[in-house]
Amino acid sequence: MLSKTVAELATALSQKEISARELTQAYLDRIGRLNPALNAYVTITADKALAQADLADARISRGEAGPLTGIPIAHKDIFCTRDVLTACGSHMLHNFIAPYDACVVERLEQAGAIMLGKTNMDEFAMGSSNETSWFGPVRNPWDPERVPGGSSGGSAAAVAADLCAMATGTDTGGSIRQPASFCGITGLKPTYGRVSRWGMIAFASSLDQAGPLTKSAEDAALMMNAIAGTDVRDSTCLDLPAEDFTAQLNQPLTGVRIGLPREHFTKDLNPSVQSILQNAVRKLESLGATFKEISLPNNYLSVPAYYVIAPAEASSNLSRFDGVRYGHRCANPANLEDLYKRSRGEGFGDEVKRRIMVGTYALSAGYYDAYYIKAQKIRRLIKDDFDQAFKDVDLILGPTSPHTAFKLGEKVSDPVTMYLEDIYTIAVNLAGLPGMSLPAGILDGLPIGMQLVGPALSESRLLNVAHQFQLNTDWHAKRPAAPVVSSPEVSA
Amino acid sequence: MALSKNDVEKIAHLARLQINDADASEVGQRISNILEMIDQMQNVDTSEVSPMAHPFDAVQRLRPDLVTEKNQRDYYQKIAPATQDGLYLVPRVIE
Repeated sequence: MLSKTVAELATALSQKEISARELTQAYLDRIGRLNPALNAYVTITADKALAQADLADARISRGEAGPLTGIPIAHKDIFCTRDVLTACGSHMLHNFIAPYDACVVERLEQAGAIMLGKTNMDEFAMGSSNETSWFGPVRNPWDPERVPGGSSGGSAAAVAADLCAMATGTDTGGSIRQPASFCGITGLKPTYGRVSRWGMIAFASSLDQAGPLTKSAEDAALMMNAIAGTDVRDSTCLDLPAEDFTAQLNQPLTGVRIGLPREHFTKDLNPSVQSILQNAVRKLESLGATFKEISLPNNYLSVPAYYVIAPAEASSNLSRFDGVRYGHRCANPANLEDLYKRSRGEGFGDEVKRRIMVGTYALSAGYYDAYYIKAQKIRRLIKDDFDQAFKDVDLILGPTSPHTAFKLGEKVSDPVTMYLEDIYTIAVNLAGLPGMSLPAGILDGLPIGMQLVGPALSESRLLNVAHQFQLNTDWHAKRPAAPVVSSPEVSA
Repeated sequence: MALSKNDVEKIAHLARLQINDADASEVGQRISNILEMIDQMQNVDTSEVSPMAHPFDAVQRLRPDLVTEKNQRDYYQKIAPATQDGLYLVPRVIE
């Protein structure tokens, strides 16, 4: 039961095969057994979950259930949750009980989803492996010696290990897509502005976007229906009419034109990953899609430009953590400056401090033009590449990540090596486009995803192609073979 | 470019971050490596390109100047490290 998709669980709930309370309790039991080894959740909200489950059961019996009513969900700990610890992977917020719900949390609750808890993440979403979390690393359910990816690593691991039916994530440079690839699940980063950022702790505000981590593209569409849409509390949220993201799922792929970026299919890409992508291309061709080579000549500049823009925005956003109004405050400050400097020095981890300093440097007098303005110009070149490509194709297919999940400790000591992990995902954020990762194969016992990228607001098309691929393959249904802990599994 | 210990101290001060003396040179080295990677940008001619601040070059949306929130000061201050009479307390600034 716990490995079922959201769509399947909704049927089981409506046909009274299981109640929302039983389903919620079964997930909580499994979390209790597996989470100590995985560290995917940092907070478990069992009482709240069971109370929400009773409301959902009442709603189901009144015949008022929607597609997400009674479906247990995990929220990345970057989303504020009223009266529940919201720590964002940081010692800085180890005592932050949020006084309000994020828009995304609020909308999912209104849809009847049940919050099981909050998931582990890289500190302030800065990382690609979940190793910068103050709560310790998350283990990949496919191999506990490996990382789940980051920064939404807890959410991805929780979905992959069936510790929830679906999860929220955020993606500033690949933080939904790369963990989805490493954990063998489906992840969608919507167009910038599709989903309200209100109540989502800010990292880089011109890049941050919330999205679903799920067991199928259909589930991602169902979650998008609940979370997308205008919100006056986020002035960058796009003001668009409501869209049914499931409406196009079953369209045939005949005539869909897909581009393969020549810069992504080079000798630098692992040959096994290449052959997995080629198999996916052949499958989509057999379903009616056509392929052609395209070029994204400035993609190689996306990592350098991102590591100016994102830290610059972060240095400004994270200035709010000052030890005055909430969060960590140092003991016995000698004066106001000491209060700021020690609270921040003690509260932030090394990677967060590094990025704040890089951003502060890039914005400081004498360096602003050479770094910040230069990076914004490169950003336009990168977006222009996509605009050019989308004159010829409907979407782009390529790798999500250069390889499968790497080992804990393998890259964390060298920031620049870690940054290059996101070489295929970062350009999508800089251009504000929707991108998704879906399972495309298994390599040496580990899953690997492929990335689909479309023009702005093309989520329905991406979900359509992903759903058709999943109807004709079973990579998305593969689950970790090795048990994470030795305790016997009880069937729900 | 390589950052000196002085550079690290100056940036840390601007960012109001305490960096231990013992860590300063390692922090400087790591940031220098990041800046070296970033410097790839400088080889590209962008003299004819306009900077892009937002994916859709959108402008800030305005709303009517009306009160929309209710006052929840006491609730919000429950999580503050130190308050008194509705004010946040910090070390004395003016003697």
